[in-house]
Amino acid sequence: MSDFQFYGAGFPYRTIEELPGKLIVLEGSDGVGRSTQTQLLRRWLEDEGFAVSDTGLRRSEMTQQGLEEAKKGHTLSRITMSLFYATDFADRLENQIIPALQAGFVVLSDRYFYSIMARDIVRGADPAWARQLYGFALKPDLVLYLKAEVSDLVTRLIHGRGLNYWEAGMDLRPSDNLFDSFLDYQARLIEQFDQLSQEYGFVSIDAGRPVMHVFEELQDQIRELLEDQQPIFEEDFH
Amino acid sequence: MLRKNDSPGKLIVVEGIDGSGKSTQIDLLYKWLQSQGHSVYFSEWNSSTLVKSTTKRAKKRKLFTPTTFSLLQCTDFADRWENQILPLLKAGVIVLADRYAFTAFGRDVARGVDRQWVRNLYSFAMQPDIALYFRVPLEIAVTRITSARASLKYYEAGMDLNLSESRIESFELFQERILNEYDRMVDEFNLTVIDGTFTVQAQQRLVREIAKQELEGWVGLPIPEGSPHILLQSEIQ
Repeated sequence: MSDFQFYGAGFPYRTIEELPGKLIVLEGSDGVGRSTQTQLLRRWLEDEGFAVSDTGLRRSEMTQQGLEEAKKGHTLSRITMSLFYATDFADRLENQIIPALQAGFVVLSDRYFYSIMARDIVRGADPAWARQLYGFALKPDLVLYLKAEVSDLVTRLIHGRGLNYWEAGMDLRPSDNLFDSFLDYQARLIEQFDQLSQEYGFVSIDAGRPVMHVFEELQDQIRELLEDQQPIFEEDFH
Repeated sequence: MLRKNDSPGKLIVVEGIDGSGKSTQIDLLYKWLQSQGHSVYFSEWNSSTLVKSTTKRAKKRKLFTPTTFSLLQCTDFADRWENQILPLLKAGVIVLADRYAFTAFGRDVARGVDRQWVRNLYSFAMQPDIALYFRVPLEIAVTRITSARASLKYYEAGMDLNLSESRIESFELFQERILNEYDRMVDEFNLTVIDGTFTVQAQQRLVREIAKQELEGWVGLPIPEGSPHILLQSEIQ
């Protein structure tokens, strides 16, 4: 990302000269297979000789513990939750992602602020407020949006780690049971993702197919990005 | 611009740099309003129990950047806003706040975040009915703080900005930047300036006059007969 950009003011107090690495984001619903794909991609990229750093939501040293605790209680209100997650995201961006990019790593981010924003908006956040809030965020080189039907998600989750309270949006009580709530909530999230996809230019990938098919398509996209960014090497040989 | 207070309650906030005397003044106002028979609630900056452990941890380990500092303090404010300040304003209570969004606009911008960005952050909050800004010259504030305290804390002194090796000098430079931001906000947010070099009593007389004017003809949430006047934080949560 030689000519990196922020969505808004970025970090005005920080001088960033160069970010030779690449920021690749995997977005998509809960249970769509993001973490499986992240693992596969990491292994593949490392085989190809790239230094890879992966990161996800709620993994910041600063907020992880506090956020977990807050989510157990009943007083975490909407704006407070948005801001708590934004703090976590900013901490990871400044202290993990940007340093890794400065060091020339390929950063694979399992979700980015788009996921947080989609959840916030479904919970009633003002979309304009949320967009300005993430004005500090760096524009990724590539956003791969794993898109699947709610029915695919259900199948995977029930045969996998199960349905959970937050992924079913139970704090919003869309329905009296976890299953119907999940369907309702995830459908609303997908609607938001689709809008964000248009606005922020995600590359949409059909995630309803077998894992290896999805993986191959992701590889194609990433190969294109990494080739495109390394013209210097080829010229050296001419 | 912050949106107008459309609730039946009244919001009164005090602002100023450390050592400006604002906390003394709001404490006196709080007691006076109670003695006048009003339902009053007091909220302090950075006091949310939900966020406390995270702030403590980040301060101790020096994990903050200007952006995360700003975001976490706004998280703290949002928690108090959603769970205490706003519900009580809707109920018709007088809410007093020792520091408000303007503190963030001053400190965070002094730390280097974008002015418009931090204003958007707090745009869910309402413009106070009274926003008192206690203005004191830098030297007076610094003398008050350094003589009352054994040492200045790292973030309090703005040591994260690398302005100076000396805590006192760093504190001075940091507070000076904040003063400049406050001065810009006087017109922008219609802050009422109180000269913080006046005696405590003289300042309090002014504060009460301003409050009295604002509350004239206003009827808030009544206090049930025989109940204590104080709304405790634990009763609300």
